[in-house]
Amino acid sequence: MADEWKEKLYEPSGELIALNNVKYDDTLISIKDVDLAYAGVSGEDIKAIEDINFNIYRGEFVCVLGPSGCGKSTLLKILAGFIKPTSGVVELDGKKIEGTDWHRGVVFQNPPLFEWFSVRDNVAFGPKMRGIPKAEYTRLTDEYLEKVGLSDFADKKIYELSGGMKQRVSIARTLINDPEILLMDEPFGALDALTRENVQDLTRKIWWSSGKTIFFITHDVEEALLLGSRIIVLSKHPGRVIEDISVTFSREIAEGAGTDIKFTDTFYKYREKLLKLINSQ
Amino acid sequence: MKSKSTERKLTIATVVIIFAAWIAVTNIGSFSETIIPSPQSVIQAFVKIVRDGYKGNTLITHIATSMRRLIIAYALVVVTAVPLGLLSGYNSKVRAVLETIIEFYRPLPPLAYYTILVLWMGIDESSKLALLYLAGFAPIYIACVSGVMRIRADYINGAYTLGANKRQIFFYVIFPAALTDIFTGLRTALGVEYTTLVAAEMVAATAGMGWLVLDASNYLRSDIVFMGVIIMGITGILLDKIIRILENRIVHWKGKA
Repeated sequence: MADEWKEKLYEPSGELIALNNVKYDDTLISIKDVDLAYAGVSGEDIKAIEDINFNIYRGEFVCVLGPSGCGKSTLLKILAGFIKPTSGVVELDGKKIEGTDWHRGVVFQNPPLFEWFSVRDNVAFGPKMRGIPKAEYTRLTDEYLEKVGLSDFADKKIYELSGGMKQRVSIARTLINDPEILLMDEPFGALDALTRENVQDLTRKIWWSSGKTIFFITHDVEEALLLGSRIIVLSKHPGRVIEDISVTFSREIAEGAGTDIKFTDTFYKYREKLLKLINSQ
Repeated sequence: MKSKSTERKLTIATVVIIFAAWIAVTNIGSFSETIIPSPQSVIQAFVKIVRDGYKGNTLITHIATSMRRLIIAYALVVVTAVPLGLLSGYNSKVRAVLETIIEFYRPLPPLAYYTILVLWMGIDESSKLALLYLAGFAPIYIACVSGVMRIRADYINGAYTLGANKRQIFFYVIFPAALTDIFTGLRTALGVEYTTLVAAEMVAATAGMGWLVLDASNYLRSDIVFMGVIIMGITGILLDKIIRILENRIVHWKGKA
């Protein structure tokens, strides 16, 4: 599928070919034959997602796109271990995922920050619970607050923060555990355009500089194109993978191309094609 | 800020108008002192009781006796109803057992089961404390259950993904998240215990504000009844204020999240 796209839409310059050659081939998570059904009102099984098969490779920024109600969040919940698939297996490093743990950090749409703690204590929560010595987690907390640009807000209360800042805290408190993968569930959906761009840049920067694997759910085509190294499109009711492509816009931006890339022809074509694909559902 | 001061003025005006109406109505003389005692006679009753006491006990003793009962019962409620309520919110099996009992006795008038408590525990302090305890238990328990059940699943899931275990989640997430509701329960429970106080002091009491009011009403001493009711009202407001101050200190994020 991906090759066909490249032929038709992408006429890569020599430089872009070089970028495309970055291969992600070290499997981190493998999703095999995953189905999830829940009981409907009249007792029949309703399938949320069906026949999901793909691998997530180390260092990838996977964006999952799909119309609302396509089971994107369901897939994320399975990866996080909040729910079990009806059938199929999800493995991390060859080990079956059972239950929730800190190796898969989750950033939620409405960040469930602990209002009873300060910003600092929210960020320190993970390592503190895991029994890491105080000196160590204090140092880590400062480091990650710095990374998300909230050093000056360390002692603020949660309710004193704006929506964008809350999401930064959420990212910092997840990253501080150094999880294998960051699972982000439409994290910027509730933010205004300006703030959104801001935290998108931050997320890209973190991905690019840390090499962290990110699994990112969104319904916004542009967001997926601006962030992902790979885009997976799900169909509606039940969610099936109907497209799986690699894109390089995010790394080009990370390497200095600037977000103006979204006004290029190539970007536009990708955007149109993806939109058409989603709207045809 | 301006609207706040307007509301303050309204509160003060309400109190002033009620007092003025009280003075006016009683001074016209169309009601007997037994139906509505005048403020003057209530004040006189107050001064007399402060000086001479009432039926062998000083006013302070009466107040202190009631407060002692109230506070002991309340403390017992807090240390039992809060953990049991939180646990019931967390664990549906525990809830299935406890909720049955509480839903049954909660709507009963305290006097209905007080006689049984007296039969079981005797006429002295323990049955009074038990009555107040039962009255206060239900509101706190119910508030704690709903406090836990209202917590968004994301809070708990989020804490797990950050590396917390079940016990840590209970203390660092569930308990603080339920605090706003716990305080609502604490305030309701105090009110309910107060309303039960008179009932608790009906049998074999020789001191206490509830008993004082009941005893005075037996002799149609409306002035003393009014005085007792006003004192109970004021102490009730003060106790509620203490809880509110604690609430603002502890649950500083309330209404701001």
